[in-house]
Amino acid sequence: MSFPWLTVALLLPLVGGAVVALLPRAGGQLPKMVALGVSVATLVLVVAMTTQYDVGGGMQFVEEHVWIEAFGAYYALGVDGLGLAMVLLTVILSPVVILASWDDADEGRWSTNAFFGWMLALEGLAIGVFAATDVFLFYVLFEATLIPIYFLIGGFGGPERAHAALKFLIYSLFGGLIMLAAVIGLYAVSAGSDGGPTYLLRELSGLPIEQNTGRWLFVGFFIAFAVKAPMFPVHTWLPDATSQGTPGTSVLLVSILDKIGTFGMLRFCLGLFPEASRWATPVVLALAAVSVLYGALLAIGQNNIPRLIAYTSISHFGFIVLGIFVFNSQGQAGSILYMFNHGLSTAALFLVTGFLIKRRGSQLISDFGGVEKVAPVLAGLMLVAGLSSLSLPGLAPFVSELLVMVGAFVYSPLLAAVVVPGVVLAALYILLMYQRTMTGPTAPAVEGMADLKVREVSALAPLVLLIVLLGFYPTPLLDVINPSVADTLSYVGVTDPAPAVAGGTEAGQ
Amino acid sequence: MTALSASVPAGALVRAAEFEAPQLDYLALSPVLVVLGAAIAGVLIEAFVARSARYGAHLGLAAVGLVGALVLTVVVAFDSTVAEGGTALGAVTGLGSVAVDGPALIMWGLLLVLGLISVMLFAERQLDGGVTAFAGQAAALPGSEAERQASVKQLEHTEVFPLLMFAVGGMMLFPAANNLLVLFVALEVFSLPLYLLCGLARRRRLLSQESAMKYFLLGAFSSGFFVYGIALIYGYAGTMEYAGIAAAIEGTSGNQGLLLGGIALMAVGLFFKVSAVPFHTWTPDVYQGAPTAVTGFMAAATKVAAFGAMLRLFYVAFGPARWDWLPIFWAVAILTMVVGVVLALTQADVKRLLAYSSIAHAGFILTGLLGVQQLSEVGGTQITSVQAVLFYLVTYGFMTLGAFAVVTLVRDSGGEANHLSRWAGLGKEAPVLAGVFAFFLLAMAGIPLTSGFTGKWAVFASALSGGAWPVVVVAVVMSAVAGYFYIRLIVTMYFDEPVGAGPTVTAPSALTLVVITVGFAVTLVLGIVPGPVLDLIGNAGEFIR
Repeated sequence: MSFPWLTVALLLPLVGGAVVALLPRAGGQLPKMVALGVSVATLVLVVAMTTQYDVGGGMQFVEEHVWIEAFGAYYALGVDGLGLAMVLLTVILSPVVILASWDDADEGRWSTNAFFGWMLALEGLAIGVFAATDVFLFYVLFEATLIPIYFLIGGFGGPERAHAALKFLIYSLFGGLIMLAAVIGLYAVSAGSDGGPTYLLRELSGLPIEQNTGRWLFVGFFIAFAVKAPMFPVHTWLPDATSQGTPGTSVLLVSILDKIGTFGMLRFCLGLFPEASRWATPVVLALAAVSVLYGALLAIGQNNIPRLIAYTSISHFGFIVLGIFVFNSQGQAGSILYMFNHGLSTAALFLVTGFLIKRRGSQLISDFGGVEKVAPVLAGLMLVAGLSSLSLPGLAPFVSELLVMVGAFVYSPLLAAVVVPGVVLAALYILLMYQRTMTGPTAPAVEGMADLKVREVSALAPLVLLIVLLGFYPTPLLDVINPSVADTLSYVGVTDPAPAVAGGTEAGQ
Repeated sequence: MTALSASVPAGALVRAAEFEAPQLDYLALSPVLVVLGAAIAGVLIEAFVARSARYGAHLGLAAVGLVGALVLTVVVAFDSTVAEGGTALGAVTGLGSVAVDGPALIMWGLLLVLGLISVMLFAERQLDGGVTAFAGQAAALPGSEAERQASVKQLEHTEVFPLLMFAVGGMMLFPAANNLLVLFVALEVFSLPLYLLCGLARRRRLLSQESAMKYFLLGAFSSGFFVYGIALIYGYAGTMEYAGIAAAIEGTSGNQGLLLGGIALMAVGLFFKVSAVPFHTWTPDVYQGAPTAVTGFMAAATKVAAFGAMLRLFYVAFGPARWDWLPIFWAVAILTMVVGVVLALTQADVKRLLAYSSIAHAGFILTGLLGVQQLSEVGGTQITSVQAVLFYLVTYGFMTLGAFAVVTLVRDSGGEANHLSRWAGLGKEAPVLAGVFAFFLLAMAGIPLTSGFTGKWAVFASALSGGAWPVVVVAVVMSAVAGYFYIRLIVTMYFDEPVGAGPTVTAPSALTLVVITVGFAVTLVLGIVPGPVLDLIGNAGEFIR
C-alpha cells in the first residue's frame, strides 16, 4: 500500500475547514491565513501527486476499502486523466478564490471563520467527488457538497440570498434524489448478479445490464447531472445563485461544482450505460445545442453582470455536453479540456467583475461606464478574462472550443452549423459588456474608483498566466486527457469515423 | 382452548380435551416479563411510597427494569439457536403464541433503548421549574382553583412511569405475537397507556385532553376494525396461529371472501397505528397536543412496534396471500408519502410539522415493507426487506426522539414555543442546539452522511429489488419535496430575523442532554458506518414460522 495521496488530499481541506471554523471569532486575519495556507498546502500536495502520475497508466493512486458490505459500497478512490484534470482544477482555484474573497465575509451576518471553513470543506468534498471510483461514495459526496455551498450562498451574499440558496438546493436535491433511485437500481442489478452487490466502478462496468433497465438508469443519472451542469431546461437556478452569492462562491459553484455534472456524464453515464448513452444521443445533443444558443442569447439581454456570466456558462456547458456526446476523440478531449479551461476563464471573469461590483456597489451594467480610464488594470484584466471566455485564439478556451467544434463537425456538419452561432454570440455578449462598463465617458458614480490592489491582482495573476500558457501550449494537459478519452470511447464501443473530408488530420492527437 | 366451537379441526379438540399445562420458556420471555413486572411494581410504588420519594423510586425502578430487560434480551439472543429451515433464529414459545426470533429480539432491544431514552425525557424537571412536564393533577379542571393549588403544591403525576413501562411491555409483545389473540392483547396493552399519557400535559391542557380524547376514540374505533378482522380470519382459517393461517391460505381451503375481508380490516387497524393515509387524521392533533416527551416516545416506539407486528403478520401469516394485499400496500404507501409530504408543506407548528413528517416516514417504511425480499428469495448477500425496515426503524426512532427532545427546550413564558415563527433566529440564540436540530432535519430529509440517508437507501433498495419501482419513483420525488420543508425550517432558524424577543432556550438537566446526544450520535454514526448495525440485523435472520 503506497502513500494514500487522494485520501490525504481529501482530508486536508476538510480538517483544515473544521480548524478554521473553530478558531476564535475575533481572530482577525488568522482564519484567512490558515485557510489560504491549507488550500496552498493541498495544491502543493496534489501537484506532488501529479508528478507521480503515469500518463496512459489508467486509473491510478487507487485506494479500495470495504465500507458498507450490505450495500456493496466501497471507499474507493482513484484518478485517471479526467479525474486528475478536475482535481487539479479544484486545487488551483481554491487558493485563488480564498485570496480573492479575503474581505468578502467581513460584513456578512455570519463569521468569517464559517465562510472560509465552508470553502475548505467544499474543496475537500469536491476532490472526493472527482476521485471517487465507487458509485455510492460518489453519490454521498455529490450530495454532501450541497451543504457547504448552500450555506455559502445563503449566509454570505445579496439580499435575496436565502431564496437563491433554497432554489439551488431544491433543484439539486430533486436531481440528486432521481439519481438516488438510479443508484439503488444499480444495486438491484448488481445484487442480482453472481458477484453479489457492488458499487465499484470497475466491477459495474463489466456487468451485463438489460437494455431497458440500462436506459432507465441512464435517465436517472443524466437528469441529476443535467441539473448540476446546468443544461436547458433545468438551468434557472444558476443565474439566481450567482447573482446572490459572493464572487468567490460563484466561482466555486460554476467552475468546480457544476463540472461534477459534465464529469458525471463522462464517468457514469458513458462509463456504466454505453448502450443507453448512444440511444439518448439525439435528445442530449439537441438539448446541448439549445443550451448553447439559448444561454448565449439570454446573456446578451442581461443587464446584471453575474447573471450574464451565469448565462454564458450555460452556453459553455452546452458546448461541453455536446463534445461529450458526439462520441469521437476530438469532441471528448475538447470537452475535458473545455471543463478545465472554462473553470479558469469563468473564475477570472467572476472574480474581476466581483472586484468591479464591490467598488461600485451595483451589479448592473448600466451603472457603469468608462471604468478603463479610472481603473486601467481592472479593465485590462477584465478584457483578458472576457476574451478568454469568448475563446479568442491564443487563450486557453480557444483550443477546447475548436476541438469541440471539430468533434461536432465530424459527428454531423449540420450540428456544427447549428451551434456555430454560439461562438459569434459569445463575442457579442462579452464585448458588449466590456463596451458598456469600461469604455465611453466615465460615469459620475465611477469617478475616483480605486484600481485593483496587490492582493486582487495576485489572485488573478495565476489564472491569467494559466489561460495564456495553456492557450499556446495545451499539450501537457491533452497528454493527460487523451488516454482517458480513448478508454471511454473504446468502452462505449465507438471508433473515430475515418475523416470524410480529404486531408482532415486528427486534431488533438 | 376449551371455548373452541365445533368448526375447529379435530386435532384441536383432542388437545382441548386432555388439558395440557402450558410449557413456557421463561428465559425467552423474561425481557417482556421484567418490563411488565416493573410496571406492576410501579403501581405498587404509587400506592405505598411517600409522595416525595416516588419520583426517585420510579426513575430507579424504570431504569433497572429496562436495563435488566435489555441485558436479558442480549442473553436470550446469545442463547438462541438456528431454527428449522436455517433462515431463522430462536423459537416459538407459549403454546405457539409468542415468537422469540431474531427480528423480535432486535425490536425488543430497540424498544428498550428507546424506552430508556423516553424515561429520561419524561423525568426532565428542570425545564418547568422543578416539576415534570406532566399535569400536576389530571383530574383538576383546566383553569380551576384545584389546578392552581396543584401547581402551587408542585404536585406531579408520577404514574407516567408505570404507564410508560406498560406501554413498552405491550410494544415488545406486539411484534413478537405469533397468535392473533396475543396480538390484540398486546395492541391494547400498549395503546391504553398511550391514550392516558397524551392527556397529561401540564401546559395547554385543553389541547392535550382533546388530543387524548381523539386518540382514544379513533384508536378504539380502529381496534374494533382490527378485532373484526381477527374474527374473519379465524372464521377463514379456523386457527389464531400465524403458521396455521399461512397453511390455510396455501391450502386455499375456506372462504376467500373471509380472508380478504379479514386482511383488509386488520390492515386498517395497523395502518391506523403507524398513521398511514387514509387512517392518519389523528396524528397531527395528537402529536401537537400530547406532552412533547410522550409525542417523541409515541412517534419513535409505536412505529417500531406497529411495523414489527405488521411485518410479521403480513409476511408470516398472510405471506402466501401476498398478491392479494400487495396492491393495497402500494396504494397506501404512495398515498401516505404524498399526503404526508404535501400537508407538511403548509404547517406552521413544529410539532405538527414533525407529525406530518412522521406520516411521510410511515410511507417510506411501507415502501420497504412492500418489497417482500425474503432471505429464501434473495441470495445471502442481498439486503432483505425485514433488514431494511428494521434498520429504518432504528434510524428513525433515534432521530425522532432527538428532534422532539430539542423541541422541549425552545420555550417562552407560555411553555414550549412551537410556532415556527418563534424559531426564527434560533441559529444565533443557540448555535449548537440549532445545529443539532438542523442535523436531525437533514437526517429526516435523507441527506447523505446522516442515518436518514442510509435508512432510505435500504428501504428503497428493498422495494426496487421487489420490482416496486413506481413506488420508489414516487418516494424519491416526495423526498425531494419533503426536503423543502425541512430546509425551510433550517432557513427560519438561521437566516430569518427573530420576531419580537426571539426564542429562548432553557438549559435542561443532564437527562435531556443525554437524549439529544444519543440521538445525534446514533444518527451520525449510522450515517457514516451503518455496516455493523445492518449486519447485526441481517444476522438476526428471518421471522420464524
